[in-house]
Amino acid sequence: MRALDLIASRDPQVVEITLRAIFISLSSAFLAGVICIPLGGIIEFRRFWGKRALINLIQTFYSLPTVTVGLLVFLLISRSGPLGGLNLLFSPSGMIFGQAILVSPIMIGLTITALAGVGSPVRDTAKSLGATEMQIIITVIKEARVAVIAAVLLGFGRALSEVGVAMMIGGNIRGYTRVLTTAIALETSMGNLELSMALGIILICISLAVNLLLNRFQGRQEWRS
Amino acid sequence: MALLEISSLGKSYGKAEILKGIDLTVERGEILGLIGPTGSGKTTLLRLVNLLDEPSTGRILFEDREVSGRPEREKLSMRRKMAMVFQKPVMFKASVEENVSFGLRMRGKADAEEMRVRTKEALAAMGLPGYESRDANTLSGGEMQRIALARAWVLQPELLLLDEPTANLDPGSAASIDGLLQKLADSRTAVILATHNMQQCRKLADRVAVLQAGRLVAVGKSEEIALPW
Repeated sequence: MRALDLIASRDPQVVEITLRAIFISLSSAFLAGVICIPLGGIIEFRRFWGKRALINLIQTFYSLPTVTVGLLVFLLISRSGPLGGLNLLFSPSGMIFGQAILVSPIMIGLTITALAGVGSPVRDTAKSLGATEMQIIITVIKEARVAVIAAVLLGFGRALSEVGVAMMIGGNIRGYTRVLTTAIALETSMGNLELSMALGIILICISLAVNLLLNRFQGRQEWRS
Repeated sequence: MALLEISSLGKSYGKAEILKGIDLTVERGEILGLIGPTGSGKTTLLRLVNLLDEPSTGRILFEDREVSGRPEREKLSMRRKMAMVFQKPVMFKASVEENVSFGLRMRGKADAEEMRVRTKEALAAMGLPGYESRDANTLSGGEMQRIALARAWVLQPELLLLDEPTANLDPGSAASIDGLLQKLADSRTAVILATHNMQQCRKLADRVAVLQAGRLVAVGKSEEIALPW
């Protein structure tokens, strides 16, 4: 009951952690989307040696442990790392960067699957009506937009619910890099179960909302087709 | 000078020879019926003419210019003088207006107002006035086929390639499409109409070419042609 009270009374700490978690995860999903959707398009539309192997590798990275990505990003942005000069470690920007890397394989892979699902009749129709190669790619992405949006939403969901990158790159600094998952881990270890429960309920509610949104998009798509 | 001249054209996929030694010409404004049973190579021939696929052998001259083996930029400019309607029309996930004006938008030559007017005219010609704002994917098969025809017709192509446009339609919708094709017969657009319906050929085509097992076995006036099957 105390956990529900914390949510109902809009406890400042709960609100602040929730908003930060949503902001960081949305930013990482957006950043990854901007890079991964065109990249997925290029991989799907171009013919090159090792394409199948590359797609298999990308799909293998779907289940990459978050702590492994956290470690790699840590090495990359720590003071002695190649990106050390950017001062990203223990900052929200660093967390966005790390989570964007974490969700990239899912977004690239699902974009490839989405575009492949559009099929050659759409490409042939666009081509026969005089579309250039770039116009065909844009047409196919537009046709697959629901599945591409689903890929971004899934990326957001994975970023929001992961703990490894957020903990290792953000450092769980109160009022600065503390997000839902790292706060739950910390508060549970400190025995503050009411706050942990409140944050956990919010995390589940956001995941549920993402799923409902996804189903609504897909439902509309099925109805149209 | 013929609009389209095909000589010794062949297409193979691996060991399967789909088309062999095709020689054919199409004049401006002519309707050529391309008749043949399923699997005789009609669609493959139309795809080669529309430059969607590369021939394995032979050559295609369009407006007296060799088209096969050209860079994509040159192929695109030639392809933009043609339009193809597929047997199963694909509707983009958009309104009827966006579907019909697709080719015009790809060419980027017409402004929004001109596109709107031409789209409206094309829809009226196809017997679908007032359909502009409807979702193209909620239409019936016959309506979709007419939208696909409007989408090709609005481009005012030199050569229109029709791949069995009435094959999947009920008799009523098929008759309505035939009526539209009759209108096309009066325009300056050349048409290759692939079909397995000799009656349709007799009604619409100036000449008929008969394809069987990838070979052209007869070309002539429809009344002169006796089908070998």
